Amino acid sequence: MEKLIEILNNVRDDVDYETCDTLIDDGIYVSFDIISLVAALCEEYDVEIGAEELIPENFNSAKALYEMVQRLIEEQN
Amino acid sequence: MSIYEQLKQTADKFPDKTAFSDGTDSLSFAELLAASQNVAAAVAVRAKQEPVVVCMDKHPNAVAAYIGVLAAGAIYVPLDRELGQARVAAILGKLAPRLVVADETSAAFIAEMELENPPETLLYSEIPASSYFAPPPELPDNQPAYIMYTSGSTGTPKGVAVSHRALIDYIYSLSEVLGVTEETVFGNQTPLYMDASLKDIYPTIFFGATTYLIPHGLFTTPLRVVEYLNRYSINTIFWVVSALTLVSGFGTLKKLIPESLTTIAFGGEVFPVAQFHLWREALPNARFLNLYGPTEITGVCAWYEVEGEITDGIPIGKPFANTEILLHNGEILVRGPRVALGYWGEPDKTAEVFVQNPNHNLYRDIVYRTGDLARYNENGDLVFVSRADHQIKHLGYRVELGEIEATAGKIEGLASVCCVFDKETGRITMFYAGDIETKELSAALRKLLPRYLQPDRVKKIDEMPKTGIGKIDRVSLLALAKGN
Repeated sequence: MEKLIEILNNVRDDVDYETCDTLIDDGIYVSFDIISLVAALCEEYDVEIGAEELIPENFNSAKALYEMVQRLIEEQN
Repeated sequence: MSIYEQLKQTADKFPDKTAFSDGTDSLSFAELLAASQNVAAAVAVRAKQEPVVVCMDKHPNAVAAYIGVLAAGAIYVPLDRELGQARVAAILGKLAPRLVVADETSAAFIAEMELENPPETLLYSEIPASSYFAPPPELPDNQPAYIMYTSGSTGTPKGVAVSHRALIDYIYSLSEVLGVTEETVFGNQTPLYMDASLKDIYPTIFFGATTYLIPHGLFTTPLRVVEYLNRYSINTIFWVVSALTLVSGFGTLKKLIPESLTTIAFGGEVFPVAQFHLWREALPNARFLNLYGPTEITGVCAWYEVEGEITDGIPIGKPFANTEILLHNGEILVRGPRVALGYWGEPDKTAEVFVQNPNHNLYRDIVYRTGDLARYNENGDLVFVSRADHQIKHLGYRVELGEIEATAGKIEGLASVCCVFDKETGRITMFYAGDIETKELSAALRKLLPRYLQPDRVKKIDEMPKTGIGKIDRVSLLALAKGN
């Protein structure tokens, strides 16, 4: 989780990732941020993130992102 | 024929057909006409041939407001809360309009600003239905139709004023290239405060087509964008390249094909060839068009339809009808009736780039200097090479790195600042030296600049590297940015 927060801070460092659960719903992350984030996640965790994963439920909070990444690691290895 | 007359004619022909919709709210042509007339009647008693700001969220009503302002003989200036309070306040301060038409959220947003001469705000929802609207006597067609603000290198946005003649000429030649008819269903991606939205709005009004204003938030979820296109049978799009690559970049097109699309136009940036091929493989029978042009020539001035193999970059092609492109020392100069009137209230800045045709001095022949460098390929098509200055394209928006630097320069504690742009990653990195923490600086920048003007990374350094003659060494800064 710490690593993930670091990645998120690299995308935008003005968000409290411990509490925020509306990264997409409130438009905090725009499409460009998503592209940067997905690229960083794929590189760090060696997973593929397909279009079907790019839904608000997976990207609204650090917790949801963490769960998605964990799931993808299990599925893909 | 004026734009308002065009709308009247289309509304006569297709009264009940949907003109604009965002998927939730819609206006038919008859409703759009009635709404525009109401706006026009309310505006006409408050403003004459002057700029009227329309600050509304992306919604069919915003289009009715634009047409209403035009029908009243005034000049519309589209703004949006999305630009942020600092920027909208800067524009309102500089333009000093007497009247703003706003929806409720935007009116509250403007009311919070401390403006020296606050304009009268006309709430869209409170505009009364008028039973009768007589348009004012028609003005000559070199009257400005709109002013659109674009990034200015000295730190304040510049307002590009464009005439009715230029707008109408543009819409006819663009529509011919795109093949717009009443069967056309546009999927609008670009914000309405950018000239790129003209090509959805006006062909719809001229030809009785339909435009879906795709909600901005959908562009974080590519599959939903494609679902949206399919749900409304959208057949024509003209998007910035970043929006197209967002969809193709995640394998979306392998899962769901936007099968109703027949015409895909793009511009604003260079299309990475690998991403372009993903689109073409998914839609082998669609037309793909590269459209090129800056705001100062009313949208786009050159086009290229992709046919055959593309290996190293898509050309920007050939000029539209009634437009000439001159290459002068490698720079693209544009000539013709769509050259803008200039920068509103800024004769000096206007004179710098709207200049006499360098090939003769026999009569007044104003051309626009784009600052884009290009060459002709072996087929006689224009190919974009690079910029002559520090203007870049970020997220599909035009950005002057100088504007970001000048804005940052206003923040206390900053000794020096320089922005570099990495073309490969599309990221802006800001380097600065001074007595302020990175987090504080990013937070301050977010208040002052809209998202597309914000640097993607902010890095503190002890001292700016300098070149031999004492200028900031951008080359080593770029290397530093790439190293991170």
